[in-house]
Amino acid sequence: MTDVLDRTDEHATPQKDGRSRLKIIDCDIHPSLHSRDDLNAFLPKRWQEHLKTFGSHIRNPFTSTTPYPRSAPLISRRDAWPPTGGPPGSDLAFMQKQHLDPFDVEFGLLQVLDLGICSQVNLEFGAALQYAINEWQVEFFSKPDPRLKASIIVGQDDSVAAVAEIERCAALGRHAQVNISPRANEPLGRRKYWPIYAAAEAAGLPLGIHVGGYGGHAPTGSGWPSFYNEEHHSNAQTVAAQLSSLVIEGVPERFPKLKFVFIEGGFGWVPAITWRMDQHFERFRSEVPHLKRRPSEYVHEHFWFTTQPSEEPDNARHLRSVIEWIGIDRLLFSSDYPHWDFDDPRFAFKTPLTDAERRQLFNTNARAVYNFD
Amino acid sequence: MPNPVKRRTGFSVIRLRAARITNNRTFQAAVSLMQIDCDVHPGLEGTRTTLLPYLDDHWKEQVVSRAIDGLDLQSYPPAMPLCCRPDWRPKKGKPGSDFEQFKAQALDGFGSSLAICNVLYGAQAVHDPYMALGFCRAINDWIAAEWLSRDPRLRASMVIPLQAPDLAIEEIERLASDHRFVSILVLAQGEDLLGRRQYWPIYKVAEQHKLPLAIHAGSQYRTAPGSIGWPSYRFEYYLAEAQAFQAQLLSLVLEGVFGKFPNLKVVLMESGVSWLPAFMWRANKTWKGVRVEVPWVDRPPADIMRDHVRLTAQPFDSPPDRNGVEQLIDQIGSDKMLLFATDYPHWQFDGKEPMPPHIPASLAKRMCAENPLDTFPRLQTKG
Repeated sequence: MTDVLDRTDEHATPQKDGRSRLKIIDCDIHPSLHSRDDLNAFLPKRWQEHLKTFGSHIRNPFTSTTPYPRSAPLISRRDAWPPTGGPPGSDLAFMQKQHLDPFDVEFGLLQVLDLGICSQVNLEFGAALQYAINEWQVEFFSKPDPRLKASIIVGQDDSVAAVAEIERCAALGRHAQVNISPRANEPLGRRKYWPIYAAAEAAGLPLGIHVGGYGGHAPTGSGWPSFYNEEHHSNAQTVAAQLSSLVIEGVPERFPKLKFVFIEGGFGWVPAITWRMDQHFERFRSEVPHLKRRPSEYVHEHFWFTTQPSEEPDNARHLRSVIEWIGIDRLLFSSDYPHWDFDDPRFAFKTPLTDAERRQLFNTNARAVYNFD
Repeated sequence: MPNPVKRRTGFSVIRLRAARITNNRTFQAAVSLMQIDCDVHPGLEGTRTTLLPYLDDHWKEQVVSRAIDGLDLQSYPPAMPLCCRPDWRPKKGKPGSDFEQFKAQALDGFGSSLAICNVLYGAQAVHDPYMALGFCRAINDWIAAEWLSRDPRLRASMVIPLQAPDLAIEEIERLASDHRFVSILVLAQGEDLLGRRQYWPIYKVAEQHKLPLAIHAGSQYRTAPGSIGWPSYRFEYYLAEAQAFQAQLLSLVLEGVFGKFPNLKVVLMESGVSWLPAFMWRANKTWKGVRVEVPWVDRPPADIMRDHVRLTAQPFDSPPDRNGVEQLIDQIGSDKMLLFATDYPHWQFDGKEPMPPHIPASLAKRMCAENPLDTFPRLQTKG
């Protein structure tokens, strides 16, 4: 472990070969609360007390850890603990020194996982928390470092509160996307979530769907697996199923300007689910007459995928095929800093990419999706 | 690629065995003429009709007095387009239920030398384990008496009450001496993941009797088809089978089933195929990161899958062009994993060619005979 902890900034500096350095847009950076008291400025007294006495309540057997013990404390890289104390991702100066500066991060999209906002079973408490977290991201990260772009995180299962929060934040113009969880009470294509899509579309903000959450359903079609290994992998199955749900329920048909970004699901699964949807479309077409086009057409126009955890086939040519099947214009680089399964931008794609492709993947695709110009 | 339509030889297993004894070259020649269809579905009308003569007295009385019937799986409503190709739909009765039509279309029509019958009826999904056993026994006895005995080309998977592993073993052992049963059929979505230890005694018996575990698409409807909950459309439920299979495969590998039972093979039936490479990459990558959790998995999961897992090739869910299919085959990285299947009477393809488009000829040949014979060792013994 020591060698990792001792890694210096110099070792983290990419591209020392003199080429002009590519500025990176990192679509998945996790900030953390230094302590829950950080929220007090944004959380009414009543809910501060609620948090202290009744606690965060999500569908998880444990109050203070994840259902599947992760591979490292707080899912994090062992070198990402700030020297000032507090959890990884909680110290902006250290995040800048360890990640943003050495990798030339031009913009970073913040993805808050603290307190499982989207999964709180007490919806009123969830709504109070989402307000607090959305303010906290701006005050603690975006304002001091404008490279970091906050997300409007909303609990999708209270669509009234979610829409109000999207409209409130959008009017202030400090956030770059709307975030909901792919593990919701119901599949995301369902009509109960459409008001959220209408609000995001009206605000001109992409809808980010970051893996995780507790919707009350087992991770697999046969119940709960034994291992974190399986639970981690099930995230890819979740996003594939949500892609199907959104497409087949006709969400892109109904909200043609809305952009969806699947975050931290990887991307290797995308071609196969798209082929599978097309393959069986004719057989099921009479069940879904609201679909005017083949499923793949919706996928290619409305969905983007962040890259981490990047696929690592033994043969570099195979990764190349997958990227071509999806279309490099649909891929957005993400590191998942400071988590253990972090993708290092220098090594994440073990297949040759042209300079033009690297520019797309590491920068210009995200720039266009998030309107950063 | 050899055209399967020209291979209507009905090549018998007896001749195959004789050829093997004669010499290896003759055996290879015999194999090259075979076409083994690893997934066909005879239709079953109901418990009070089809199964009644095969139920014991207790269940006979029960199904009549309580009207226990209509156990067609929710995953396969008979009138749904997927469940029967239009030109295969019988004039009356359920898809695949007319023996003569089945014989003419599924066997003679494709020129298959052997075909494995997989009965999809709700015995596996009832909650009462004794009822499950009663219905499984009846289904197995029915398929043996009314299908296997009527055509020497037919083989079957036995259905078992997975709801109670001890009763499942009882049923496997009851049938083990009948080598026309070549595998054990379970559904892709069940009460628990198949790698879990409560199922290991079943695998021990399966291994001992050279019976691969055939996991077929379909659900017991115990939990939602995945983490996102209950979707709106049957289209989505069918798509979700692929993710359900992935979860089963991961469970079997990571729980260490193939380390414990090194001769056990698992066949994914009607699972789709094209998801396999990306799934294997991710399984390898995650294992590299957290293998500390499963120290008994001592080599990359994809290597274990290539050794132990087979998939029927309908549906394939192909990339749209030849180049894509060839790349995908290259990514699968094994010519042993795929098995020829029509999935009759399910509507997976039109026309006369069940082989998915653009499969290289050498692989297509292996899929028709060598791979099935290797996967289902009982196919090499006399029916």
